[in-house]
Amino acid sequence: MKIAITAQDNELHSAVDPRFGRARWFIVIDIDTGDFVPVSNAKNLDTGQGAGIQAGRHAAELGVKAVVTGNVGPKAFRILKAAGIDVHIGAKGTVEEATCQFKAGVLGLAKQANVEGHWA
Amino acid sequence: MKQLVVISGKGGTGKTSIVACFAALSQNRVLADCDVDAADLHLVMDARVRHRELFRSGKKASIVSEKCVDCGECERLCRLGAVIRNGDAKGKDSDSLHIDPIVCEGCGVCYHFCPADAIAFGETVSGEWFVSETRCGPMVHARLGIAQGNSGKLVSVVRSQARGLALKHGLDLIIIDGPPGIGCPVIASVTGTDLVLVVTEPTLSGVHDLERVRQLASHFRTRTVACINKCDLNPKMTAHIEEHCEETGMEVVGRIRYDKSVTLAQIAKTSVVEYSDSPISLEIRQMWEHIGAP
Amino acid sequence: MFAERRNGSLRIAVASGKGGTGKTAVATNLAATLSSEGYRVVYADCDVEEPNGHIFLKPTIRSVERVGTPVPDVDLSRCNGCGKCGDICEFSAIVCMNGKVITFPELCHGCDGCILVCPENAIRETQREIGCIERGRRDGIEFIHGVLRVGEAMSAPLIRAVKQKLSDEDVAVIDAPPGTSCPVIETVRDTDFVLLVTEPTPFGLSDLRLAVEMVRALNLKLGVIINRCDIGNSGVRDYCAEQDIPLLLEIPDDREIARAYSRGQMAVEVAPSLKVAFAGLWERIVTRISSRNDE
Ligand code: SF4
Ligand code: SF4
Repeated sequence: MKIAITAQDNELHSAVDPRFGRARWFIVIDIDTGDFVPVSNAKNLDTGQGAGIQAGRHAAELGVKAVVTGNVGPKAFRILKAAGIDVHIGAKGTVEEATCQFKAGVLGLAKQANVEGHWA
Repeated sequence: MKQLVVISGKGGTGKTSIVACFAALSQNRVLADCDVDAADLHLVMDARVRHRELFRSGKKASIVSEKCVDCGECERLCRLGAVIRNGDAKGKDSDSLHIDPIVCEGCGVCYHFCPADAIAFGETVSGEWFVSETRCGPMVHARLGIAQGNSGKLVSVVRSQARGLALKHGLDLIIIDGPPGIGCPVIASVTGTDLVLVVTEPTLSGVHDLERVRQLASHFRTRTVACINKCDLNPKMTAHIEEHCEETGMEVVGRIRYDKSVTLAQIAKTSVVEYSDSPISLEIRQMWEHIGAP
Repeated sequence: MFAERRNGSLRIAVASGKGGTGKTAVATNLAATLSSEGYRVVYADCDVEEPNGHIFLKPTIRSVERVGTPVPDVDLSRCNGCGKCGDICEFSAIVCMNGKVITFPELCHGCDGCILVCPENAIRETQREIGCIERGRRDGIEFIHGVLRVGEAMSAPLIRAVKQKLSDEDVAVIDAPPGTSCPVIETVRDTDFVLLVTEPTPFGLSDLRLAVEMVRALNLKLGVIINRCDIGNSGVRDYCAEQDIPLLLEIPDDREIARAYSRGQMAVEVAPSLKVAFAGLWERIVTRISSRNDE
């Protein structure tokens, strides 16, 4: 299964970016094999409005089943839900650690947005 | 990394003067002037621009007159009335169509539906942002072009640049001079910060604006505190504001008197705390210590 | 969308590079002065994010009208999931994901693009509320203001709606939002004269420059008022002289006026001499408007 973890840089030891829409990187990890590919989300960083929406579409195009991040806003959440992607929030530390947190099932499965939208 | 944003509801409450003082009183900080419509912080920080970049945002449409067959479809479709006959514009008497860039919001409808493919549609330069060196560390500021929208987006650019600088230089505080109002640039300035300081004045409009700003900040569940500037102008109103703050759970962290040295410091291109040791400087220092300089 | 030209009535916008310069005080005092001189006056507050004119004019509000902006409403039973709506929308306000259409009305600019492009006619227009317009009266003054909903990012349609309410009064005094961005432009365009209020300080000057540039880009006539003229330095006056910008009025920094202001009282009520000053200001504005090509 492929998941995307939001990150501030493009490696496994990079810090998790707590923001979804404005994360600089998505690290796409196949949790069965451990293979990973960093995917830039930079073009969304400076989007005025709708960064979460575009990032959500981006994640859907990557074909991931789940997104692991710190927080998710209402617009991004609606998009991800429509795409059938689970959103796991509260990830902390590095991408590697977040992968473990995900596997261990300690992250919260978002039932709704946990932060206000607006460029969050 | 902590981010402090100073906003004010209405402008002219002394927000920038207070930010300048915080800049002088703190260490390891990056300054971000998010009042991109009317940036003033650089005037008192003796900013020397080290890097500048054009800000592109928002598409705009324009008519390529050689291709235009004058069918009037764009004029009919544009809901903003941005497509006008040149004859409508002052001083021109030709009858061709053109698009007023000031009115165009960049929806692209004319571009999609023009039967003659005569509409050019692309990103425009709508401002500029700068990284400057100041006596209080690096500062990011910007200037939105005249008649440009999207100040929210430019604010986001300023903030992400400031964040980048802080990460790069290991600085742990970002002090943000926020824009006035409660619209999108304010939302973009407040989002994701750790502390919101609202500077208000003891006037009826001050009270009114404070409440609107408080409602906005409460959307973000960020700790919000208030400072009453020129508090001696109307002690009764100051007391009223304090009551209001108490009721709404907003701590009043500073009471600052009216003092001419604020203007004098501005003229001397410096902050009040650096300019003089008058009582107002002490009040601002106390406020800074109180909000817990990180 | 353009306001039709009025028969002889004048529209004066009061603006400033930034707030807190006394813009609202100037606008309300000018309206009050004109009204007492027998003009039929409407005061319109287009500073919809922070409308404050009512605090000074204290009108009796007699009507409230909700203002909406057009947004798409998708009839999912007709939608074929082609995604054309999402492709045309420049604002991410409508998105088609895996054949399912999702809308984000708060981002919609109401351009109709999605409605026009939908092959199934599945989208129609509905309204989303962004604020309200309140109208009232105080003595001889017609009062109109727009109040934007808190947290709402889209103010231009509300400003347009306020301006559409202006009718055939002799004079409309329009209080503009501070700054030089879209909402201000929306407010001042198609007015007959723009009054820029500033303070004689370095911040005041820097903001005034931007405001002047904006008004000039719009090809409108302008004049400057210096508020609290006795604080600060001579920078603003020098700039006006150098740029050939008429300095129409200087208002001193008066504790009495400041106190009246803080209580929500109008300066012309406490300082009758100001009434004379505002009447003089009006004469100078009218002269400027009627003279041609001076800007
Ligand atoms: S009307 Fe225009 S802005 Fe609104 S959703 Fe449709 S295409 Fe987007
Ligand atoms: S354009 Fe019309 S049919 Fe196509 S996805 Fe959008 S709503 Fe559905």
